[in-house]
This record gives sequence, C-alpha cells and structure tokens, in this order.
Amino acid sequence: MFDALTAKLTGVFQRLSGKGHLSEKDVDEALREVRVALLEADVNFRVARDLVARVREKLLGVELQQGLNPAQQVVKVVNDELTAVLSGGDHKLKPSPQAPTIIMLVGLQGSGKTTTAAKLALNLRRSGTIMKPLLIAADLRRPAAVDQLASLAKQLDMPVYTEAPATSNALKAATNGVRRAKDLDAPWAIVDTGGRLQIDEELMQELVDIKQAVNPHEILLVVDAMTGQDAVQVAGEFHKQLGLTGLILTKMDGDARGGAALSITAVIGVPIKFIGIGEKPDGLEPFFPDRMASRILGMGDVLSLVEKAEAVIDEKKARELEKKLRQSTFDLQDFLDQLKAVRKMGSLGQLMDMIPGMGAIKKRLPNGGDVDEYRLKQVEAIVLSMTARERRSPDVLDASRKRRVAKGSGTAVQDVNQLLNQFREMQKMMKQFAKMKPKQIEKMMKGTPGAPQLPRPR
Amino acid sequence: MPVDFLRRKQKTEEGLKKSREGWFGKLRGIFRGQKLSLTAVGEVEEALLAADVGLGTTEKLLAAVKDQSPGSPEEHLSLLKQAMGRLLKQSSVPAKLFPGQPRPGDAQVVLVVGVNGVGKTTTIAKLAHYLKGEGYKPLIAAGDTFRAAAIEQLQVWGQRVGVEVIAHTQGADTGAVIFDAYKAAQARRANVLIVDTAGRLHTKHNLMEELRKIRRILERLNPEAPQHTLLVLDATTGQNGLAQARAFMEIVQCTGIVLAKVDGTSKGGIVFAIAEELKLPVLFMGTGEGIDDLTPFDVEEFVDGLFTTSQAAPAT
Repeated sequence: MFDALTAKLTGVFQRLSGKGHLSEKDVDEALREVRVALLEADVNFRVARDLVARVREKLLGVELQQGLNPAQQVVKVVNDELTAVLSGGDHKLKPSPQAPTIIMLVGLQGSGKTTTAAKLALNLRRSGTIMKPLLIAADLRRPAAVDQLASLAKQLDMPVYTEAPATSNALKAATNGVRRAKDLDAPWAIVDTGGRLQIDEELMQELVDIKQAVNPHEILLVVDAMTGQDAVQVAGEFHKQLGLTGLILTKMDGDARGGAALSITAVIGVPIKFIGIGEKPDGLEPFFPDRMASRILGMGDVLSLVEKAEAVIDEKKARELEKKLRQSTFDLQDFLDQLKAVRKMGSLGQLMDMIPGMGAIKKRLPNGGDVDEYRLKQVEAIVLSMTARERRSPDVLDASRKRRVAKGSGTAVQDVNQLLNQFREMQKMMKQFAKMKPKQIEKMMKGTPGAPQLPRPR
Repeated sequence: MPVDFLRRKQKTEEGLKKSREGWFGKLRGIFRGQKLSLTAVGEVEEALLAADVGLGTTEKLLAAVKDQSPGSPEEHLSLLKQAMGRLLKQSSVPAKLFPGQPRPGDAQVVLVVGVNGVGKTTTIAKLAHYLKGEGYKPLIAAGDTFRAAAIEQLQVWGQRVGVEVIAHTQGADTGAVIFDAYKAAQARRANVLIVDTAGRLHTKHNLMEELRKIRRILERLNPEAPQHTLLVLDATTGQNGLAQARAFMEIVQCTGIVLAKVDGTSKGGIVFAIAEELKLPVLFMGTGEGIDDLTPFDVEEFVDGLFTTSQAAPAT
C-alpha cells in the first residue's frame, strides 16, 4: 500500500523509535498528518479537529496489533472512525406503503439537481417497478431548466410534468405534478427544485411551502463533491428549514476527495443515499461508507473496481473464452471483444483512480494515464476494418490488405503491423497457457509478481 | 421580476453581511488581544481554513504575520491584509479586458471554460451585458452543445441582455458552431465574441482534449484569438479549485478567473492558492443572478471589503 497518507505516516514513524506501543508523541506526530489529509480533502476544520481528538483517545496506550506497522495502525483507526461517521442511517430509498413515494431534490445552484433527478428516475425504474417514476419540473426560475428536465426525460423515455414558467410558479408546478403522479399511479414522484442559496430567505420559504404542500417522503440535498468548508453551513441551513432525509453527492467522477460528505454527515447526521458519477443517465451509484472513507483519506476504491469488472465481464463469454484459450483458437475477433469489455469498465484513467496509490502514479504519467485511450480506439478501428476471415486468421493479411485496413481505420501500416505483432505475442503466451494443467495456472496466478496486495482495512 | 430580484438580492446581502461579520468580526476580536498569542494564531488559522484558503497558503500567510513584533490589533490586521493582497497581486490585472477603444468588426474572442455547474452560462450573459455597457458589441457562441437545454438557456439570457446568440442544435459539433459564430461576428461587425463551452471535469482527458481543439480552431481563425480565456470558478469550491485551475491552465492557457457565486456564504479562499501557484489573476466576481451582478475584481477592494464589513465583533 503506497498511498500518500500511509507513506507520510510511515515517514513519521521511521523518525520515531520503534516500540511495542504508540507513545503520546508518536500519536501526535501522526495525527498532525491525518489532520493535513483531512483538510486537503475539504473536511470541515471543526469536524477534522473533533475527529482527530477522538482518534487520539483511541490510539493512546493501545497495544500495537500483530501484523500492522504503526502507520497502518493509525490509518486503520482513522479509517474506521470515518467509516463509522459515514455509516449512520439508512442508505437506501424506501418506497412508502402508499404510492407515490415523493422525493424532493434541493440544493445550491449548479450542484447537479436536474441531472440527478433524471439519473434517479432511471435508477428507480431499473430497481424493478412496473410503472415509471414521474419527473416534476419545479424549477421555473432558471432559464430553460424545465426544457432541460423535459429533454432528459424524453431521452430516457420517462414521463415528466411541466408547467409554463411564464404563467406558473414552483409551488403550483410541484403541487399539480404530485397530483398527476397520483392520477398516473406512478410509484415515485421526483420533484426537481431550483438552485438557491441557503441564506436567501424568500427562496428557502418557497421550499418550505412546497414541502408543506406535497408532503415529501424524502427531501434530499444534492451536494457537489468539490464543495469546500462551507458545505456544513449550507447543509445545516437546508436541514434546519426543511428537515433533510438524505444526501446525494454529485460529480464524484472528478478527483475531489469529497470531504464535504464527511463534514455534512458528521454535523447533521443525515445519510448519503447515492453518489453521482458522470454526465450519462446511468451515472448514479449506491453509497458505500468504507469506500468513501478510503477516498477521503486518499486510499482508492478497490471494491468499486472489482464490482465494475464483475458487472461487465459476462460469465458465459468468459467460459467461451477459456475454451478458446485451451484450444488455442483465440483470434482477433475475441481480442476485440475483450477490448470492448475492458473499455466498458471506463477509461483507463478512471480505472486507475480506483486503485489505491495509482492516483499518485497517474499524475506522473503523460496525459494523466489516459495515454492508452487513443491507442485502444485505434486498435478497435483496425480490427473493425478487417474482414471476418482476416480476423479469424490474421496470417492472410498481405501488404495490400494491410494497406486497405490502415486506410479504413485511419491509421498507418506500421500501426497495423504493431497490432499484429502484439497479437502474435499474445497468442504465443496463450498457447503456453493452454498446455498447463489447471493447478499450475492457479499457482502461477498466485505467484504473479507485482500482483497488488489489496488492502482492506476492516 | 426585476423588483423581485432586487428584493431578494438585498436579503442575500443581509445574509452575507451577517456571515462576514461572523468571520472577520472574529478576526478583529482575535487581533484585539494585542500580542499574537499561540491560541490566537490557532484561531486565525481556523478562520482562514474556514474560508477555503487551504492549509499550505494559510501557513504561509500566518508566517508573514506571526513573527512581527507586537502592535495594535489594527497593525496586525493590516499586516495580514497586506500579505493577502500581495498574494492576489502577483500577476498584474489589466485595467480593461481589451486594450484600446472598441473597434467595429475586429472581433476579440473570449473563451469561457470551467467544470460543470460553476455558472458559465450565467456568467457569459452577465459578461455580455457588462461589455455592452462598456461600448462593445458582443456576440455569443452557444458552444455547449452537450448538456440538455444549454442552448435554450443561453438564448433566453441573450434575449434578456439584447445580445445575439449564434447556435446550432444539441449534439452539434462545437467547432462548427464557433466557426459560424466567428464568421457571424465579422459579418455583423461585432467586436467581442464570447464563446460558451460545455462544463467538463478537469480530469476527463478526452473532454479536455476537445477543449484544446476548440482553442486551436479559434487560433486558426485568428492567430491572436482567443484574446481571453476565462476560467469560471465556483466560490463554494474547496481545495479542488486548485486542481481545476492547474488542468485548465495547462490545456487552454487561461488568462483569468471569474469567481462566481460570491453572494453566498463561501469565501472563495482557494483563489489565494491559485494566485500563488499559477499567478492567475481573478478578473471578475459574480455576485448574484441578475444581469448586473458581475463586477471587475479589485484586489484592494476584495481584501479590504472583507475586513471592513464588520462593525462589531459578535461572539460567534
């Protein structure tokens, strides 16, 4: 494990004497680094201070656990503490016994409410209801906000309730929208409200009025993961006025560590329900406290990566592939399928973000590690420019065919040659692989040098 | 509607004043303790941290004040103010966005970039309005062809401020929109072309490359374009603001920052770290949702204004 905080802490402990337990001085030195990490992640300074104090108490006098060095020990306690704070409450949306379950989305301008509303509709629809959720456009102030929601709804084939901004207002739209949801027998009604500052008394009153009129089951605050220290004030005021039931953390596909999530949960004690990643409508994911804790501490998100891989790689296809590998009939078509599966998991850069420690390495790479993205696309284009026969047996590719493929894929003949060479290397490896007995393969995989030791502080 | 805006703005200003009084009132209270004791340093540190100034910059600012011989609270306060002002003034801010008088038909290009939801579209409308007031004839290119209804949003704003918006449809090629808009600016003898772009996270390599391409297209149309590339930064943003500035700076060589949403309780303190590392000046400040709510950024006024809003030191 080579992430920033652990590395720093290891440095701290190297300077100090190695003892069987942590002295007060050791702990204080270490906690200084923890505080820096928390502040850099935008955890509110008061929350960070309280957290460090709690961790200090836990660490003092504690016997060192077997198998953990002092740095890991501190990280574990901090990570556990963060996870505990983030774990409070129920992270799922519960349908009310009487449909529709009414969800109201609120937040500052630009936090991502409208996009989130659409994502939420798709998420709830996929979670298994027969009827579709109804989206309700209750932001009549921002120019074209209604159009934006209507357009997203159309893309997703979701029903949407809108009123003309010139002749209506947010309260009317929300009230009539919820009534429509009841008429339609929609299982969920999602009310998208306009962005506003928590200190804007008049607009906050508008939300209170909407709340009283539609009686929502859930009032979710949509928070930008990049938010700084002020997140606490913002969430605190929204909570005071409306009684929030949960949070949605958006723009988590960026590199913000998202300390705001910790600050808010610590201060108002409201659970995080979802995280938003990306601008596509399926970019809404369940929230996992331990992953968030690791991210805030800069430790990557291994489980998300593993799950992503599992979701993308089709088991049946995998078995077919194994068979092909054994019979050494792996061809360029299979190669392309594999490539597509990997690409479906996201860009390489995105994948690297989820691996502990890779964040730091990625920064040192040209183009932030996305250097291969272009090459991957190229490879895909080259294979797609081949005929079925060429994909099955690449040996038929003579100079003239190669020229055609290069032209068709917008690449040069060298690129085609390079790909073919790589493919032959791969085939060779696979043939060796195929000769091995299952036991041998297992052994080889276990002993693969450089296989990451996945840290799961528990 | 305008009356509604004004009233609301007043309310927000009152709210903002309260929060500022809280913060700077506290600072004054601390400095009143004559000598900068260790606890006082801790409290000043927290006040700066609370403003998103960030730990590194905060420590540097404190170092500039801490070692000074004890004086009156006013002297301490002014020392800190000076240190903060110096940081923001590392790069010179042009008195005007464009040198000389507005000339017809000589379209100066302002490219506007930023992550999602920082307020690019609103800022563009306000900027167009501001430039109109300065005697320019601006034109807007609806370069955000990605987000649903982004074009419509810009068109509504265009009507409000009386500036023509050149747009294609959603999903169209941004490069093509910009090309058309530049030609239109020449044909209509406009002297400023403000180019909107889709919000993008600075970590998305492909989207950032697209931005690089947009810049190249502008350069091909006019080797001097874009005369300005403005990074819109949300004042609510924390330490990630520095990463944003770094990435956009590298790809499109920004000339300045527009600090949006300063009307909230957030202080936008990350601009200090950005100024220190990237020497990127703040040119404008967005202070509300009305078309007049964009003001040229004045370092003295920014730092000074923050300190002078407090009359008394409330016990917060």
